[in-house]
Amino acid sequence: MSNATLVSTTVNGDPVQYACPSDESLMTALRNRVGLTGVKEGCGTGDCGACSITLDGQLVCSCLVLAVEAEGREVTTVEGLSTDGELHTLQQKFIDHAALQCGICTPGFLVAAKALLDRNPNPDETEIRYALAGNLCRCTGYDKIVHAVQAAAKDMRKQKRR
Amino acid sequence: MHRKMRVSLSSTFELAGGPGCTVEVHAETIQQMMASLVDRYPDFQRLLDRGVAVSIDGQVFRDDWTQPIPPQAEVFLIPRIEGG
Amino acid sequence: MGHDQKYVDKEYKVVGTRFNRPDGVEKVTGKARYGADASAPGQLVGRILRSPHPHAQIVKINTKKAEKLPGVKSIVTCDDMPDLTGGDQGLADILENCMARGRALYDGHAVAAVAAVDEQTAAKALKLIEVKYKKLPHVTDVDEAMSESAPVIHDRVFTRGVEPAPTKPSNVAARTQMGHGDVDAGFAEADIIIEKSYKTEQTHQGYIEPHACLASVNPDGSADLWVTTQGHFVFRNVCASLLGLDIAKLKVTSSEIGGGFGGKTHVWIEPVALALSRKANRPVKMVMARDEVFRATGPTSSTSIDIKMGAKKDGTITAAVADMRYQGGAFPGNWAMLACMTAFACYDIKNNKAIGWDVIVNRPKVAAYRAPSAPMAAFAVESTIDELAKMVGVSAIDMRLKNVAREGTPAPYGPTYGPIGIEHTLQAVKDHPHMRAKLKKNQGRGVACGFWFNIGGQTCTDLNISVDGTVNLTLGTVDVGGSRSSMAMIAAEELGISYDQVRANIADSSSLGHNDMTEGSRGTFSSGMATIYAAREAIGVLKERAAKMWGVPVDDVIWENGQAIATGEGHGNLPPLSLKEIAAKSGRTGGPIAGHNEVTADGAGMGFASHICDVEVDPETGRSTIVRYTVVQDAGKAINPDYVEGQFQGGATQGIGWALNEEYIYGTDGRLQNPGFLDYRIPVCSDLPFIDTQILEVPNPLHPYGVRGVGETSIVPPLAAVGNAIANATGVRMTHAPMSPPRVLAAIDAQENAG
Repeated sequence: MSNATLVSTTVNGDPVQYACPSDESLMTALRNRVGLTGVKEGCGTGDCGACSITLDGQLVCSCLVLAVEAEGREVTTVEGLSTDGELHTLQQKFIDHAALQCGICTPGFLVAAKALLDRNPNPDETEIRYALAGNLCRCTGYDKIVHAVQAAAKDMRKQKRR
Repeated sequence: MHRKMRVSLSSTFELAGGPGCTVEVHAETIQQMMASLVDRYPDFQRLLDRGVAVSIDGQVFRDDWTQPIPPQAEVFLIPRIEGG
Repeated sequence: MGHDQKYVDKEYKVVGTRFNRPDGVEKVTGKARYGADASAPGQLVGRILRSPHPHAQIVKINTKKAEKLPGVKSIVTCDDMPDLTGGDQGLADILENCMARGRALYDGHAVAAVAAVDEQTAAKALKLIEVKYKKLPHVTDVDEAMSESAPVIHDRVFTRGVEPAPTKPSNVAARTQMGHGDVDAGFAEADIIIEKSYKTEQTHQGYIEPHACLASVNPDGSADLWVTTQGHFVFRNVCASLLGLDIAKLKVTSSEIGGGFGGKTHVWIEPVALALSRKANRPVKMVMARDEVFRATGPTSSTSIDIKMGAKKDGTITAAVADMRYQGGAFPGNWAMLACMTAFACYDIKNNKAIGWDVIVNRPKVAAYRAPSAPMAAFAVESTIDELAKMVGVSAIDMRLKNVAREGTPAPYGPTYGPIGIEHTLQAVKDHPHMRAKLKKNQGRGVACGFWFNIGGQTCTDLNISVDGTVNLTLGTVDVGGSRSSMAMIAAEELGISYDQVRANIADSSSLGHNDMTEGSRGTFSSGMATIYAAREAIGVLKERAAKMWGVPVDDVIWENGQAIATGEGHGNLPPLSLKEIAAKSGRTGGPIAGHNEVTADGAGMGFASHICDVEVDPETGRSTIVRYTVVQDAGKAINPDYVEGQFQGGATQGIGWALNEEYIYGTDGRLQNPGFLDYRIPVCSDLPFIDTQILEVPNPLHPYGVRGVGETSIVPPLAAVGNAIANATGVRMTHAPMSPPRVLAAIDAQENAG
């Protein structure tokens, strides 16, 4: 590897270091250097959302971010959604509502849906559809995905009230 | 000697009798029918190589040549299809 | 052997309910491993160099500079992939499609490949490979390719199916004709005759996961291939043939598959990755970039279709003729033939004739796409029937019901239909509340029907009972849409145990007998049948073991609700033995308990659907928005309704994308101009409403549960359903799909100008 840069970052709460070429995408670094293959590559051009992560809480396509840009920042991937051995409500609802068929787009949808519910705990159908419009799914027609997000939002609001 | 039966060809298949003809052979299974067709019409092997499925009374059999052919059954040879 | 395939009506405990899929947790946590998610010690990165020309002679390939680049471990061209196909032209075409042999036949055709230590080195090496091309004239349009003046792409191709046999080579690979009756007499009987011409553009399956594999060939001829595929056994056989490997020494493992829809039934990069690995003697991982997926893999045919139909005043269709031109890309295909078989399949038309022309053009080799060839023919036929209904003065549904195919109707491809569900779906549509819902301004409603065959094929399944009473179901058909849950449900149903006790897995190609592809909507039909038989075989063993434990004759043992029960005189007091109790003692009663089945599952039964679509057309922009959509389809029997609905919704959505936006755009230079998801626009979440579904169950007489395939038919009706809705919203008949905003706007403008 020529001209490698050493990057120190935080991934799913843990300190992580990797060395990467300056033109490598964060998606590639997360997949190949950090071992988080839940970050999926569908296009590499920011059109499909399969590589969605949050960077300091902001939803981004990790294929459009350079790996070196993660320096000093907080990265969350689908692997960071479930905690203490329990599935996140969104994850459980995706399974319960059969919101995945092949599942390749699922990590990106979950990250995007969580980003939506973090800023808007009670989105209507249209808001959900527009918030997820950057994530392509070819199997489901989105029907069961939207239902799953609606159900998760409802449960998460209940959990908060408790 | 097996039972005499009639087999019709889908119009995309051509045999001695022209496209879509009906021919008579002696057979009681798909296997026997195919064998006697090859026997009678050497050209038939070419069709087989392109892919042939057998419809018996409206049910399509692509692969299973052990299927019995009931007396009086309607038997059609149609192209062997695949899917997506 | 000896299992009864016939449908038996019975009550189910597990089948027909909804369970979570066994692979769900791994897929929502990111743990599931897809094609690009595997790695091997010492693996190299493989990349392919592709032709920028639609048609060119490859004069010379100079790899010397690339070979000298440090980190480059192997480079292959067609010279490293000798033709071992032994006169099998179909296989030779696959080989040539994987790696050009002297000629590049389309923009994106593989010309050379490199394996290097990392991505950067591989990319650099590709730039150092010098290819000298001599450009040749090209043709990408299906109608142009048929003209006398078109460049002939293969001088070995002579049109099949025409008399007298042609003496000159042609881009028309074959002519097909289907149908019955006398269409001239039929048109003479008609009071109304309509003639219309249609075009549909080329679309791609659009799976989100690009093709990916990890190949490792050893010097002793043994090899491993990890790959995203719809059929790892078929991939194994094809790759072994192309590479000259022994089939049993090539172990192919199917990864989780990120969508296929027919596009992952064909090999592209896999033989190349194996060839690179063999030359480098190291594992090679190859992942396609999205633009490679669009340029080189997948697509379905673009088409040009003429329809002529005649009807009596009472709506009876007396004659129908279709002339259909389908391009199959740079190699001969049989796509127009499939169109001939499906075009009029929903109807009982006394005199019908479908003629198909399979045409070769300088585009990627066409691959199956969900009910291949049927959606385009249905677009033409179903649009024409709507126009005919208007001329007759009956509703679109009544027109269809008047002419609908039933049990006893001769199918256009010859045989007489058994029990089929098209009339049921139409009647359900007629009765559906959606049909009575009010439409707003600029909105219109359309209906359309669709047909697909469904297939069976070779299947091999193992069922092993563990000592704790849990069950491993080992399947060989790749799970593309949730079939593992359906198979586990079937095993649980047969054994009389709970769904949670069964774990379904997909085995690699060395662990089971051959299984055909998951294609043709066969997965649940055929693996389901093998699972039923394997479970019944296991029950036979369980009964024997129970008989041994009790010391009674096995004939006195029956299996009910997951337990063995002793019947007959003198055994009445024996308490039942559960599967768990028998399994716990299996080591002492004869060893492990298993059931196994290999079957050629035939008789998959026909799939029919009718769809309702409401669309709103913006008269200012020509943009069409789907405001409501309903799918009604015959499933025979829905094992897990969640995933049957999922198939209906997904297929409908792909059809909607095709109807409204998706198309390959080639420039006059013969290059694909939109090889990315930004410009090749598939439907996104905000484009769609909820897709309503209604599952009908007209049992398939040749499946123990009545199952029919459900995966494909749902993509057939949408093009016409959308087109018919647009016609009803605007008064404009769209004859060119996709019905994108510029096309719809131009059609509206043309109508207004015509006054």
